[in-house]
Amino acid sequence: MENLELQKKANEVRKGIVTAVHSAKAGHPGGSLSAADVYTYLYFEEMNIDPANPKMEDRDRFVLSKGHTAPGLYSTLANRGFFPVEDLTTLRKLGSYLQGHPDMKHIPGVDMSSGSLGQGISAAVGMALGAKMNGKDFRVYTLLGDGELEEGQVWEASMFAGHRKLDNLVVIVDNNGLQIDGKIDDVCSPYPIDKKFEAFNFHVINVDAHDFDALRSAFKEARETKGMPTAIIAHSLKGKGVSFMEGSVDWHGKAPNDEQYAVAMADLERIGEELCQK
Amino acid sequence: MSEVKKIATRESYGNALVELGAEYPNLVVLDADLAAATKTGVFKKAYPDRHIDCGIAECNMVGIAAGLSTTGLIPFVSSFAMFAAGRAFEQVRNSVGYPHLNVKIGATHAGITVGEDGASHQCNEDIALMRTIPGMVVMCPADDIEAKAAVRAAVEHEGPVFIRFGRAACPVINDRPDYKFEIGKGTVVREGTDVTIVATGICVGSALEAAEKLAEEGVSAEVINICTIKPLDEELIVASAKKTGKVVTAEEHSVIGGLGSAVCDALCKAAPVPVCKIGMQDVFGESGSAAALVEKYGLDGAGVYKTVKEFIGK
Repeated sequence: MENLELQKKANEVRKGIVTAVHSAKAGHPGGSLSAADVYTYLYFEEMNIDPANPKMEDRDRFVLSKGHTAPGLYSTLANRGFFPVEDLTTLRKLGSYLQGHPDMKHIPGVDMSSGSLGQGISAAVGMALGAKMNGKDFRVYTLLGDGELEEGQVWEASMFAGHRKLDNLVVIVDNNGLQIDGKIDDVCSPYPIDKKFEAFNFHVINVDAHDFDALRSAFKEARETKGMPTAIIAHSLKGKGVSFMEGSVDWHGKAPNDEQYAVAMADLERIGEELCQK
Repeated sequence: MSEVKKIATRESYGNALVELGAEYPNLVVLDADLAAATKTGVFKKAYPDRHIDCGIAECNMVGIAAGLSTTGLIPFVSSFAMFAAGRAFEQVRNSVGYPHLNVKIGATHAGITVGEDGASHQCNEDIALMRTIPGMVVMCPADDIEAKAAVRAAVEHEGPVFIRFGRAACPVINDRPDYKFEIGKGTVVREGTDVTIVATGICVGSALEAAEKLAEEGVSAEVINICTIKPLDEELIVASAKKTGKVVTAEEHSVIGGLGSAVCDALCKAAPVPVCKIGMQDVFGESGSAAALVEKYGLDGAGVYKTVKEFIGK
């Protein structure tokens, strides 16, 4: 898919995020929006998946370790055809299959239930090891928040992945710099993130999370990297695409009201129109 | 009942894994630097490619097992009960229980028979923790034969299973030709009419010993062996309680949340009879030999006998 098409898809994913969270009156828009381009690249370009056959045996796997940004994953899956986009408005509502955090038992395309930070990466490591043990060549991708790096389990999993040379594993860190209580470097700094993963025997790539050329080349480099897992540190902007959410810690876990929703959608409509002019 | 043969159920665990490993090429075993103690070392020797040492990182080990299970493998996570159920509780709850993955947890060194290592390593809370997780099967085998049968049943069962094993050698009590094991089924190992002793793990042997002594004094105690604490064989326990009118539970575990609590949960709605719970009475253990500890905390035959006698007022 051309970059322009990916940008348009990512913009649709963002609309889905804002719409879902607005409808739910709760949820996490900031970190969903910051990762929207990564989600889009993975599901529209990088991963071997089939929306008509979500459990395809040798599919690539994705584990959303930062499970609270489920709206981003759900919107991507919906836009990719795993389930109807209209269902996004049922997010977090009683009886909906779109649970507040990813639920592999009920949501087509979700490979692992997650939400308790630090746990997704371990499951992803287990999947990558399982591929190796079963002689399969599928790849495993997992997305972590930068605040999530404060969880010790992340480093237990990373130590194991590096030790086992799991080159079918890609750990992506959505480095938007903000967590609930403030800036990550004020709360309990995980920096330098790249050097830490290097020390855990990862191949590390720093990348602009909103540049599809950069993402394309990073994921290609990851595929070509043998004998060690890859960590992609995706430098992102929290709330990306919605003017009043960008760079704001306030929109980590809050839903827009009706007026704010109208502004957010107008922002995204404008971005969409600009992309159509290109 | 064999008087002499004694085997620690952790040994049974390792041996069962080796046997099942031949039948199930997708069975894999994970350890956190304790393979020598959990007795999975024999599996590691037999199937080195299917043994995964995760290092001293139990939480990650549980997550890895969850991931492995999604690729069609049957992982057995091995560690001490303290770490498997205690330290990694939330990983078991969220990464295994909630998605109902096919992960088996082999928790060795449960209870006070850990012995000399002391209270930090004596887990008396694992049954309580594990039985709160929806869909989790919780088993506590009484001897070598039951332990091996439980491991086999765990492999054949689709979904998460927790099995606790002991460190200390315990008598083989199920060595009989008609022995059959089924998840969720208890067994009346001795029939009686005056009092029911519902026991699990090493306390089954203690209960049998106590029943023998009680019989000498004219008290007829029924002994029920409950290996599967969840799902509990409520029917069997309720029927026995209705018959005897008095129930004693015996376990090498805290009286809070373990077998005793599970039995009370069952009886309070169907047969509310007086219940006396033998187990760790809301205290931590301590260092000492396994034998000295079970004696001190009243979990041996003499201890169970004494408590039952007091309870029934004879």
